[in-house]
Amino acid sequence: MRFRDYRRKIINVVMLSLTGLCALASVSVLFFVLGYLFVHGFKALSWDFFTKLPAPVGESGGGMANAIIGSAKLLLIALLSGVPVGLIAGIYLAEFSGKTFGFTVRYVADLLNGVPSIVMGIFIYTVIVLPMHHFSALAGGLALGAMLVPIVLRSTEDFLRAVPRSLREAALALGASRWKAIATVVIPAAGRGITTGVLLALARVAGETAPLLFTSFQSQYWSQGFNQPTASLPVMIYTYAISPYENWHRQAWAAGFILLMLVLVANIGARLILSRRASPARG
Amino acid sequence: MENVAGSGVMISAQGPDRGVDQPEKAPAKSVAKVSVEGLNFFYGPRQVLFNISLEIPEGKITALIGPSGCGKSTFLRTLNRMHETVSNTRAEGAVLLDGQSIFDMDVVQLRRRVGMVFQKSNPFPKSIFENVAYGLRINGLERGVTIAEVVEKSLRRAALWDEVKDQLHKSAYALSGGQQQRLCIARALAIDPEVLLLDEPCSALDPIATAKIEDLLLDLVASCTIVIVTHNMQQAARVADHTGFFLLGKLIEFNRTDVIFKKPARKETEDYITGRFG
Amino acid sequence: MATTTDILPSRSGNGAGGRLSSWKRRLLTGDDIAYLITLAFAVGVVLLGVLLVLQLWWQSSLAREKFGWQFLISSVWNPVTEQFGALPFIYGTLVTSAVALVVAVPLGLGAAIFLAELAPRALSEVMTFVIELLAAIPSVIIGLLGIFVLVPVLRIYIGPALQSVFGFLPIFAGPIYGVGLMAAGLVLAIMIVPFIITVSREILLAVPADQREAALALGATKWESTWKVVVPYARSGIIGSVFLALARALGETMAVTMVIGNAPLVSTSLFAPGNTIASVIANEFAEAMGMLNLQALIELGLVLFAVTIVINALARLLVLATTRRGSTHP
Repeated sequence: MRFRDYRRKIINVVMLSLTGLCALASVSVLFFVLGYLFVHGFKALSWDFFTKLPAPVGESGGGMANAIIGSAKLLLIALLSGVPVGLIAGIYLAEFSGKTFGFTVRYVADLLNGVPSIVMGIFIYTVIVLPMHHFSALAGGLALGAMLVPIVLRSTEDFLRAVPRSLREAALALGASRWKAIATVVIPAAGRGITTGVLLALARVAGETAPLLFTSFQSQYWSQGFNQPTASLPVMIYTYAISPYENWHRQAWAAGFILLMLVLVANIGARLILSRRASPARG
Repeated sequence: MENVAGSGVMISAQGPDRGVDQPEKAPAKSVAKVSVEGLNFFYGPRQVLFNISLEIPEGKITALIGPSGCGKSTFLRTLNRMHETVSNTRAEGAVLLDGQSIFDMDVVQLRRRVGMVFQKSNPFPKSIFENVAYGLRINGLERGVTIAEVVEKSLRRAALWDEVKDQLHKSAYALSGGQQQRLCIARALAIDPEVLLLDEPCSALDPIATAKIEDLLLDLVASCTIVIVTHNMQQAARVADHTGFFLLGKLIEFNRTDVIFKKPARKETEDYITGRFG
Repeated sequence: MATTTDILPSRSGNGAGGRLSSWKRRLLTGDDIAYLITLAFAVGVVLLGVLLVLQLWWQSSLAREKFGWQFLISSVWNPVTEQFGALPFIYGTLVTSAVALVVAVPLGLGAAIFLAELAPRALSEVMTFVIELLAAIPSVIIGLLGIFVLVPVLRIYIGPALQSVFGFLPIFAGPIYGVGLMAAGLVLAIMIVPFIITVSREILLAVPADQREAALALGATKWESTWKVVVPYARSGIIGSVFLALARALGETMAVTMVIGNAPLVSTSLFAPGNTIASVIANEFAEAMGMLNLQALIELGLVLFAVTIVINALARLLVLATTRRGSTHP
């Protein structure tokens, strides 16, 4: 009897410590990734990195200026195409929808959310790249935009629903019509949450590589406008990482560092803003 | 299922605080501002208001009392058609504002003329100024006045101006509970309603805040017809000219406040007043 | 009484109202316009989903007609001879996902238990926050670390160590390149662990306190209470979180592509190079040789899509079942 209890106590301590180790290990992965990228990536950062085009294969030097601009272009298109759709459809779900159609929309949105990003790339390839007969920044941006839609839709709906009924009633009782009440009271009240939701969604697609591989493809040069294939940070990282060139490896680390920093800053910023939202303030 | 109500024209009665009747002069006739006849109300299949008929006199404070769940709040919300914001509700019967059916009116117009203050204060997450200005911004302004003027006037009518005049751009949530409720009153007053409906406005407030609101109502009634739902009988006795007693969805009795409290005609009323139930 | 300079005539909502002018003047009101616009966008979302499925179906028709169901069991993938069979990729996807689950589930569940049951509230919140950030790391960056850190470590230390002890098992036999199915499985594990942790933690936290109290009051140790009472109570939700992680793993592309070795082979050894559905699409799509090749790749995308949808649906059902049960528990 004594031994049995003793054994249970040991098992208790051992197992609980193991779980602590698991948690510790999981947490440290992030720091490991960050640290490694910092050490290797920071070294390769230079003014050239931000301003120069890639050097010809095998040569040293060069930069990723075109990839940085390219990624910005892609995100712009994604923002302009995906965010409005998600926002307005989200408003529909929160404010106007009936039960059955609302369920359908939500179901399809969840479906879209679960689509692997490379399949989204295939989809855009078939509807944009094939008819155009060439890769383009437009196609890449639209692929990212399509990924934004379900994320923005869900978060918009959630934040709108969280606005208390009493605020809507107050607006209606003052003679506001339904759409005015929504536009002037409900949406502003949910404003901070919706914006951070969009920010988080953008951060998420900014790092996506797979859907770009055969939509915006890649380029070693500047791309004009939106009708040409364009370099982008994630694709550049991928291409350089699997190449045999030391110089390119170093640049891949640098680009990875930049990309990770951007994503993390956006994520941390958004979550901090959200947690401070707990008490509504300021008008 | 009888109810006691005036038959259209009511004798001008003065509330307990307002001085003495003048017996020599012929009593002034006050018009019914809101006239309700045979109002039945349904949540889906369930009927919650039964054949309510009464007349809200103009320029007076009318209180609606009764135990919780008796339908007085439901009744109040039909007067500005707020029940339509909930699905599956149905109101049958006549409700007239100045003789015109509220169901035939444009609902936005109706809600400009009949304002509402809710049980729990619900200021917008905006500044104090913007809260009061909200109704003006969406409904438009009278010519010749600025928003700032109307905001100040409304805050004065709500007895809040002195307390907030230096912090109009602070968030409304920085105010205390009582102040927020007065802000909601100011917000409702800004569009100059003819009738103000208050649904247990003091139930979440302490006695001092309650007293402030009761005082401002007494001043307000000079320019505005007031209907107040309250579960606090003493409050009705303090401020109201007329009182209606609701029970289980029916209007049991409606009369001048002093009559209701001193010489109620119905036994149910008397039981409620004397605290035998509710 | 304020006269108004702009009056917006709006009809009433549901209920008895608007009898007067609405039928006379069927002009669109502000509310109607708002409803129609938002509805249009909502319909647009549904159309997007429908179009996606249709395109995947139509644009793979050549391959589907040519190969039929053989596509799923043939192991030959040769763009030159135009023979396309998906088996190596289905195999690779399954194996790498299995490896990922074997590593990530104990690790993730352990961490979730720690965070939900043991850690003080503040510590738990901070650590969970960090783990959520881990989920935000782009796949390509994990792949970067995979190529330059994990692969050498596997090739030099872990691989030989495993082989020396377990080399008699076919899964640990064969030459060790560093890249391969095991490397891919491990990067997948890194990517799915955050999901298992965050979802399982939520589920464990939702288990009613009285369950734990009952166990402890009977003299159970903290571990016994957790492992024998709380976790079983939350079992379906935890399995749901595993399914969610699995769905995520199936679609993971970049990190896997970078470390899997890219060989359309079916091998018994985990150290061998291979391919997953996602990685072969990533590799070959841009340079597909001809329409059949392209459509075969699209058909692969269709297969991946279908599997992901099913697993996601299962996952959500399981998670829903637990949380609802938890809340209706008296």
